[in-house]
Amino acid sequence: MSTATAQKQGFGATLWDYLTTVDHKKIAILYLVSGGIFFLAGGLEALLIRIQLMVPDNNFVSSGMYNQLITMHGTTMIFLAAMPFIFALMNIAVPLQIGARDVAFPFLNSLGFWLFFFGGVLLNLSWFTGAPDAGWTAYAPLSTTSPGHGMDFYVLGLQISGAGTLIGGINFLVTIINMRAPGMTYMRMPLFTWTALVTSVLILFAFPALTVGLFLMMFDRLFGAGFFDPTMGGNHVIWEHLFWIFGHPEVYILVLPIFGLFSDIISTFSKKRLFGYSAMVFATVLIGFLGFMVWAHHMFTTGLGPIANSIFAIATMAIAVPTGIKIFNWLFTMWGGVIRMTAAMLWTVAFIPSFTLGGFTGVMLAAAAADFQYHDTYFVVAHFHYVIVGGVVFGVFAGLHYWWPKMFGKILDEKLGKLAFWPFFIGFHLTFFIQHFLGLMGMPRRYWVFHSGDGLDLGNLISTIGAFFMTLGTLIFLYNVIITSIKGEKASADPWDARTLEWSIPSPPPFYNFKQTPLVRGLDPLWVEKRQGNGKMTPAEPLGDIHMPNNSFIPFMISLGSFVMGYGLIYQVDDSRWLFVAIAGLLITLGSMFVRSVKDDLGYHIHKEDLEEKGAGSE
Amino acid sequence: MKGWVSKSRILFLLSSLMLVLTGCGRSNLTALQPKGEGADVIFDLMMLSVIIMVFVGVVVMAIYFFVLIRFRQKKDQEDFIPKQTEGNQFLEVLWTVIPILLLVILAVPTVQKTFMLADTTPSEENKEDAITIEVTGKQYWWHYNYNGQKIQTSQDLYIPTGERVYLKLNASDVIHSYWVPTISGKMDTNPGENTNEMFLHAYEEGVYYGKCAELCGPSHSLMDFKVIAVSPEEFDQWVSDMQNVDTDATPESDSAQRGKELFTEKSCIGCHAVGAGGGASTGPNLTNFGDRAKLVGYKENTKENLVTWLLDPEKFKPGNKMTGKYGNGDPVNPISEKEASQIADYLLQLQPSEITPEDAKSTDSDSEEEK
Repeated sequence: MSTATAQKQGFGATLWDYLTTVDHKKIAILYLVSGGIFFLAGGLEALLIRIQLMVPDNNFVSSGMYNQLITMHGTTMIFLAAMPFIFALMNIAVPLQIGARDVAFPFLNSLGFWLFFFGGVLLNLSWFTGAPDAGWTAYAPLSTTSPGHGMDFYVLGLQISGAGTLIGGINFLVTIINMRAPGMTYMRMPLFTWTALVTSVLILFAFPALTVGLFLMMFDRLFGAGFFDPTMGGNHVIWEHLFWIFGHPEVYILVLPIFGLFSDIISTFSKKRLFGYSAMVFATVLIGFLGFMVWAHHMFTTGLGPIANSIFAIATMAIAVPTGIKIFNWLFTMWGGVIRMTAAMLWTVAFIPSFTLGGFTGVMLAAAAADFQYHDTYFVVAHFHYVIVGGVVFGVFAGLHYWWPKMFGKILDEKLGKLAFWPFFIGFHLTFFIQHFLGLMGMPRRYWVFHSGDGLDLGNLISTIGAFFMTLGTLIFLYNVIITSIKGEKASADPWDARTLEWSIPSPPPFYNFKQTPLVRGLDPLWVEKRQGNGKMTPAEPLGDIHMPNNSFIPFMISLGSFVMGYGLIYQVDDSRWLFVAIAGLLITLGSMFVRSVKDDLGYHIHKEDLEEKGAGSE
Repeated sequence: MKGWVSKSRILFLLSSLMLVLTGCGRSNLTALQPKGEGADVIFDLMMLSVIIMVFVGVVVMAIYFFVLIRFRQKKDQEDFIPKQTEGNQFLEVLWTVIPILLLVILAVPTVQKTFMLADTTPSEENKEDAITIEVTGKQYWWHYNYNGQKIQTSQDLYIPTGERVYLKLNASDVIHSYWVPTISGKMDTNPGENTNEMFLHAYEEGVYYGKCAELCGPSHSLMDFKVIAVSPEEFDQWVSDMQNVDTDATPESDSAQRGKELFTEKSCIGCHAVGAGGGASTGPNLTNFGDRAKLVGYKENTKENLVTWLLDPEKFKPGNKMTGKYGNGDPVNPISEKEASQIADYLLQLQPSEITPEDAKSTDSDSEEEK
């Protein structure tokens, strides 16, 4: 059921296959493609923002449109691009790295994706009637009083896609705890799996805060409640808290798996075991824990008082310690190794100084008193782009180069990969480095215009030029994807001489992943077998029937119902007849759930004989 | 922590660290050349953190480049298997403890200064004399209420140099944030009961640029204001001038006289007060409109601009609350061009005080203002 066989099917059959699939490898591709499309939309929005800020007093877009662009850029990039990229990487790698045949709940995996997808589509449909315009942080009362339906799309779109993310997080949590192959103890798990585990825990605890906040905002906007309305006895600061109790861990949700991925890549391409493995695990867990203790550093100027500000300042600074441990362990993994500078490694190596700089400004921002100057200026904009682009986006590029063979059976062109890297890397620093200074020179963030004579012209122009370089890099990468899919070189099972389990099976793997569950004999199990055995994993079980889940269209229908319901809820404010649409959507969702509950779906077995026929091909 | 490093060293660091290309920005807007207590205190903390970060950065980058150059795969190394080191406990402890120490060095002054900046109650001895001003952020302008002096005004905040002026910050619609980078850090203005406090303490006279720093709607980036720091004597003069405004005075020119009548006829007066004693504050108080450093916060305060504004406020501030509210609510053609010109004549001659932004500039060697 690899892409090779999929190509032989007609387009309709392939489409149906993807609409109903519960295979983690195909769901990874779904996440990747939809995340990629949203990434391009968010990137286009960013480019329009930078064109508007190219020269002072510009009128390229109107101020109303500008606020929509910044809001949608932020929301799209975080929720609809970075999140699915992370889930794409987790889906392709985690089950394979722990020697599992799929995730614990394949049906939920599909449901998580489709909820995310329909939430994202709902949010982006707002462009036709006016997009949300209160910033991605949606601070009340600006968000609750924003005219039009833009913010309603924000609330409902994120609520639906957030449910998908939560489901996905729980799924990976259970998968990693329960589905590890024999011998794969916690302290033998690859760092990527470890970070995926911690990220799943963070999702489990962080997303409900967002859900609650969005529910309150939904009641404020759609049904006239006043949770965040000071004139009705509400308090808008509650939204700030709820949003950041979710919002800060979200940063770690995005970046931790990338840390794990870099650990795997650095280890593979230095041909060395990860330096200080247990320290790395410890640092990951500590970052995840501390990530929940620091949300109010986004609110130093809200007026929480010096005691709260000091506590959160020190807690925030503390995160620099485990992060520093990671940076040094990566450097010392490379120390004494044999570094192969592939495209994946190039992105990884570029990540270290870029992210470190983001970490430095993070510590600077943590100094609560000084934050009175930095807060809500371009200094902050520079900081979080250094962390999210320099961390997450670089990481996604690295991860795609690394796992592309496992996903599609072909190796992304290395030359083009490096060619895409340089303009993106240079453009990134050109765009964002200067923004630190723009902020300190008095440019607040989310500014539609700056005035000539305010001394901000040159910096903004440089920043805009950088954005075009980044665009160029992205386009070259896209070209690489296309050219590789047409005439890419076919990948072997282990093209990178790697160390972990996913490289012990063919690229792309058969749909059941492992013909026989492997026995894990140490950290970096494949490397262990290569050095001490015959280079193949020892099976932990005799060849037998494999139980597989059936494909299902129900996740799609449940999500479609939520989408319809969301749409109806948004417009029932104007005309109560829209309530019927909302109810119809609700019925589709509940009906689909009902079918799922009463219909036995026991899956099917691949018989031992069929597996034997395929011979040793899967090894 | 003042004097922790000498000013000259700070300047040296600044010039080497801050990009040579851009300099430090506009001298009365930038946070990098502080001219007030808050900004000064923060700048020292900023520099301390920069020095620590540069130190760490140099160490990390030295290892980084050494590793990348020294351990790159050589031609004959394709089959070479390096030693599979597990780790090193000493090193782990080292790069845990040293960062902790460095962070303590930063954390102590951070806490100190956080508390210092939050000290917004006047001390016992100057409780009587301390100036406290209520600041209210509104879409998209600022209202000031000098409680002790019984003066209400808008947009331009007059303060004396050389002392702390205490602000009580609030908002009437959405969250805004009051930021005058050159003299102080920012503080949010919340709607409702969450009143915030901060102080402004300008060392030198000058017209300082202020910006709204919290997204508040379409004209967020146009919600500029000015803080006009004058000498204490000039400030006292301004206070007495403002307290003794003759609101019934007849303007000199006929046009302005007609403008004054129109101001009532066209219901401008329903939102805007003229007279510092109080009155309507739905729109900015216009008592000293003729002395404003800028029109609507960021435009030259000329008659031409003012007429344009009166005819269509959307041109200068999209989403403002004035459009369609005047000229008896006529949304299409609230006032004629001639009427706008007459109202402009009236407003621009409202110059009750001898003290104007010009006075703050007199000692300001910076000539950017004249541009």
